[in-house]
Amino acid sequence: MEIKVGLASCGLAAGAGAIYEGIKNYISDKDLDIKLRKTACIGMCFAEPIIEITTDDGKNITYGRLNEADIAPIIESCLQNTPLLEKAILSPDYDCPENDNKAAQTRIVLRNAGHIDPENIDEYLENDGYKALEKVLKTMSPEDVIKEVKDSGLRGRGGAGFSTGLKWQFAFQNQSDKKYVICNADEGDPGAFMDKGILEGDPHSVIEGMLICAYTIGADEGYVYCRAEYPLAVRHLKKAIADAEERGIIGKNIFGSDFSFDLHIKEGAGAFVCGEETALIGSIEGKRGMPNLRPPFPAKSGLWGKPTNNNNVETYGNISWIILHGAAEYRKYGTENCAGTKAFALTGKIKNSGLIEVPMGTPLREVIYGVGGGMKFDKPFKAVQLGGPSGGCIPEYLLDTPVEYESIMKTGAIMGSGGMVVMDTDTCMIDIARFFLNFTQNESCGKCTFCRVGTKRMLEILNRITRGEGVMEDIDTLEKLAHQIIDTSLCGLGKSAPNPVLTTIKYFRDEYIAHIVDKKCPAGVCTALLKYTIDASKCVGCTACARKCPADAITGQVKQVHVIDQDKCIKCGACYEACRFDAVIKV
Amino acid sequence: MENKKEIDVIIEKYKGKRGATIPLLQDLQSIEGFLRRETMIYASEQTGIKIADMYGVATFYSMFRLKPQGRHIIRVCKGTACHVSGAETIFHAVQSRLNLNELEDTTNDGKYTLVEVACLGCCSLAPVMMIDEDTYGKLTPDSVGKILDRYE
Repeated sequence: MEIKVGLASCGLAAGAGAIYEGIKNYISDKDLDIKLRKTACIGMCFAEPIIEITTDDGKNITYGRLNEADIAPIIESCLQNTPLLEKAILSPDYDCPENDNKAAQTRIVLRNAGHIDPENIDEYLENDGYKALEKVLKTMSPEDVIKEVKDSGLRGRGGAGFSTGLKWQFAFQNQSDKKYVICNADEGDPGAFMDKGILEGDPHSVIEGMLICAYTIGADEGYVYCRAEYPLAVRHLKKAIADAEERGIIGKNIFGSDFSFDLHIKEGAGAFVCGEETALIGSIEGKRGMPNLRPPFPAKSGLWGKPTNNNNVETYGNISWIILHGAAEYRKYGTENCAGTKAFALTGKIKNSGLIEVPMGTPLREVIYGVGGGMKFDKPFKAVQLGGPSGGCIPEYLLDTPVEYESIMKTGAIMGSGGMVVMDTDTCMIDIARFFLNFTQNESCGKCTFCRVGTKRMLEILNRITRGEGVMEDIDTLEKLAHQIIDTSLCGLGKSAPNPVLTTIKYFRDEYIAHIVDKKCPAGVCTALLKYTIDASKCVGCTACARKCPADAITGQVKQVHVIDQDKCIKCGACYEACRFDAVIKV
Repeated sequence: MENKKEIDVIIEKYKGKRGATIPLLQDLQSIEGFLRRETMIYASEQTGIKIADMYGVATFYSMFRLKPQGRHIIRVCKGTACHVSGAETIFHAVQSRLNLNELEDTTNDGKYTLVEVACLGCCSLAPVMMIDEDTYGKLTPDSVGKILDRYE
């Protein structure tokens, strides 16, 4: 029998470390013949901690939401080949609740994540690892690779959606004594963790993609620029690079060819704008990460002024699959203009939050209600936010929009790198717009005046509206400022920063009006527009709210109706959470 | 100068290397958890990296600190998923628990430093915070207190 434990960062945060130790101790105490292995994220973050068991008679069951007490009964039942199914979530052999979830997905870039041990190069090699690199080095010219990648229709997964093959061709055509390959792993969008999942779960697939790219464009040195907030991803990547070097997969004369390659990791130091490629290059050069005017594009003059190809983690992760299976096979997934699949970090008020991968062109509705399992609480769907701080909120009536670059763009949002945050009626759209603008305003590098000052002015207006001090002209001012910022900013950060505001004005204008004219926040989020009161007919005088109130604003005797002093109330909502009789009401 | 030996080892590692400013400062910061003025001036003299460039980098990236930090770093996630799940309340709960006001980020006894981070990538466990290297999810104002008790 074999047991795999998911030990990616989300699993660890949910207690997978203790489960792993518990199983290890159980096996050694009972002297059982069980192979215990580590893996990373299978993507079902909602059910962490997760283990996968393969029984001696070849049955495979994945268990979720485990605690230490589950270990003994599950192991014993599986040893008898009569597995307990109460906590089983997924299985090809039994009827489990998440079987449909898996069936609705197509995993190409996440093919190994959650299945192999990311710290063990042999497991990658056993799963066709580095075979694509070998094929490229032994049988393909750089032109062949460019053609294959172009034919596959693969487009940059960082969000811009530029043809990867074409990008490689530009870097290939620019003659130089030195060229570089960069992997952008500075995944900064709040609410996005696709690249983290890939790097933690299958780092070699990214390295293989970079090696193939380096051979193709004629580079001999590369950098992975990784966000420092991802310590586990950095650790797995370091281990993967060291192992690949030891096996001669990175280094001199790889697979006996003339191709040599060195790969370094650069840990970011915390600046969202470094996700922009010219800022990222500046950061590797040791400077403040500020964007530069393009052209010249990095393909011509990039790192240290040399031709450089920069793709994101997910883009590189697709390459080896495309080389091994062929462009035509890749094109079987997705749409005419957007081939292949896309990984998404599905989060927010959704049942099955986690890391998913679906074919391009899948309607949003299917992603949310099919793969995602629908809304988490009983509140109605309100919007789905795509593309993080550069993206926008898409309302219910546009949920049949397919996930592909152009269709999403038409709604005013962007595909982005893959963050997908689902919101219900408890979410205030003005607050969301303010949240993202606050983020971009903080992260603006300050180079372009409109991005630096304009976002600040927009934020002030939004703050005013959420305090109930807005006027109707504010909406026009917001739109005017938004377009000026878009027109005058150099890089993607400024050009897209107003999107969250523009889309919320477009689809949720009535909510702006409610804040401005009626001085009400329909979602009950904006504290300045809220009032907490106690319904005398429901209050039983249990004192729970008074004990929780941090401002001593609630008075009342035991078993008598309590009262909130509005002058003292700081509107923290502690009483609302504490009341078990629904007596505290938000108005 | 304190820690001169350690500082010299780090400077030697990066001397004359291209693009060394950020990793140099990252390593220097790892000694004490923040960058001392005299350390930066010394490193600038030794490496030839202009002090203005060094200060420019140190103030551009959020990871660098010019003031001492607490023994434990609490990072409260303010990513999108955490925001819609009540990260603000969690942040205030930690703040009031540590008796910090809006302008302070480090407790008087030098035990904790409280910071906001954009996204820790554990969105399905929102709201989330990280204390040093450990991540805690599905937080409530009550559970925050219990977690902090373990560090007392």
